[in-house]
Amino acid sequence: MEQVYDILVVGGGPGGLAAGIYGSRARLKTAVIEKGRPGGQAATTEEMENYPGFFGKTTGPDIMKQFAAHAQHFGTEIIQGNVVSLELEGPVKKVVTSKGQVYAAHCLILAPGAEPRSLNIPGEGKLRGKGVSYCATCDADFFEDLDVAVVGNGDAAIEEAMYLTKFANEVTIIVIHDEGVLDCNKASAEKAFKNQKIKWIWSSVLEEIVGDELVESVRIKNIKSGEITEKEVNGVFFFVGTVPKTEFLKGRVELDQHNYIVTNELMETSVPGVYAAGDARQKYLRQVVTAAADGAIAAVAAEKYLAELESFREQVLEVETPVLLAFWAPQVEESIAAIGILEAAVAQSGGRLALAKLDTYRNKKTADAYQVQAIPTVLLFEDGQVKGRIDRNVTREAVEALLQSASGATAS
Amino acid sequence: MIELTKENFEQEVLQYPGVVFVDFWSPKCEPCLGLLPEVESFAEQNGGKAKFCKLDTAGNKRLAIAQKVMGIPAFVFYRNGEKAFVFDKDQIDMEAVQAKLDELLQ
Repeated sequence: MEQVYDILVVGGGPGGLAAGIYGSRARLKTAVIEKGRPGGQAATTEEMENYPGFFGKTTGPDIMKQFAAHAQHFGTEIIQGNVVSLELEGPVKKVVTSKGQVYAAHCLILAPGAEPRSLNIPGEGKLRGKGVSYCATCDADFFEDLDVAVVGNGDAAIEEAMYLTKFANEVTIIVIHDEGVLDCNKASAEKAFKNQKIKWIWSSVLEEIVGDELVESVRIKNIKSGEITEKEVNGVFFFVGTVPKTEFLKGRVELDQHNYIVTNELMETSVPGVYAAGDARQKYLRQVVTAAADGAIAAVAAEKYLAELESFREQVLEVETPVLLAFWAPQVEESIAAIGILEAAVAQSGGRLALAKLDTYRNKKTADAYQVQAIPTVLLFEDGQVKGRIDRNVTREAVEALLQSASGATAS
Repeated sequence: MIELTKENFEQEVLQYPGVVFVDFWSPKCEPCLGLLPEVESFAEQNGGKAKFCKLDTAGNKRLAIAQKVMGIPAFVFYRNGEKAFVFDKDQIDMEAVQAKLDELLQ
């Protein structure tokens, strides 16, 4: 096994790159594994007007280039690779790429992002790449002076439709809602209504995409009247939401019923040492700014977790003499008394015993890892292994018995 | 890799009596740019077995459309001047592409 990173980030979109920045600045050995080019979905969004601090002529690709450069500036390694499986048990996590490369780290930040949703409309699959597209920046060029249809009515649909008007002859937006009702932000809606190249079809859905080798027309159904009309178009762009890319995480970390990763406010997943950031998380708002925030939080939470592990290693696991580890809490009288008893035992040992204390409220993970169910609990460590324990009744007799039953330790 | 244009496409691809791999890409297409390094190493590893080309659709749009490619990235295999197989964006997986090349060379 080669090197073990402190933090390995799966996914190089804004969430992953922000985690890289924060991890590297904390002087942690940080790497981001990205299968394509860094930037994620934002890198294929031409106009990005709502990332705070960037307005005017900035594009998605430009902002994402900055994110990547920023991460590399602080020392984040960006590795090309497509993570297909993971090993999450134990203190060192591993990821395996499609090429069989294995990378190891103490902490993982999962930021695999999301991809365009398909509605599985007849003809949609067959004509993908032949007029059906989900990426305006990739394919707009093909439709210069041609007619296209856009399905969707959120921010992406309306904004990408406006981008398409720079190329296409006519852009027809098919909206499921009543006339004038759009899910997108008002500023973009206003601009779109003023755009002469945009035509609107309300209260409708796409019934079928027709074409033999290329898109020829679409059949549109009015959901109020049931009437179906056919319209000749050369292309259909879908912007109807995204689905999280979490297939490879099924059964590994907790996912909700829509396959988004479940996390708490610290971006912690159900597995200690594994965090999540960005669109793949269960969250209220999926934007570049919130992905970046998630990445920062995850990296800082990981840093604190690593510091906890480090100090546990130093004070308990790697100590030469046997260590009595007390799990205590300031509000539990008994646990304070227990510490008194342990301190006496250590003093009597003449340097052959050490004492370490963990406030259970601030070290919940360690407490859970050692199945601490009552306070106080005392564990006797020797060479990093638990050689005995006392759960709850920490009396002088119990401590003496503990020390005698373990090898190599003398009580008095 | 050979750079294709509307001028040389006929000769390099349609008149070539063997297997030709064409990567349809464009500088504005991020996923295409992301694939380029892998495509280049694929071409290098298989050099001599077939002809490897790329077509920048930005300046050769009509040609792409005439080849029924209206979405990129797209990988198209030709054999004896005829279209043999198309990998559209969602199907692109370098292992599958290698397998298809091997199959077409038999």
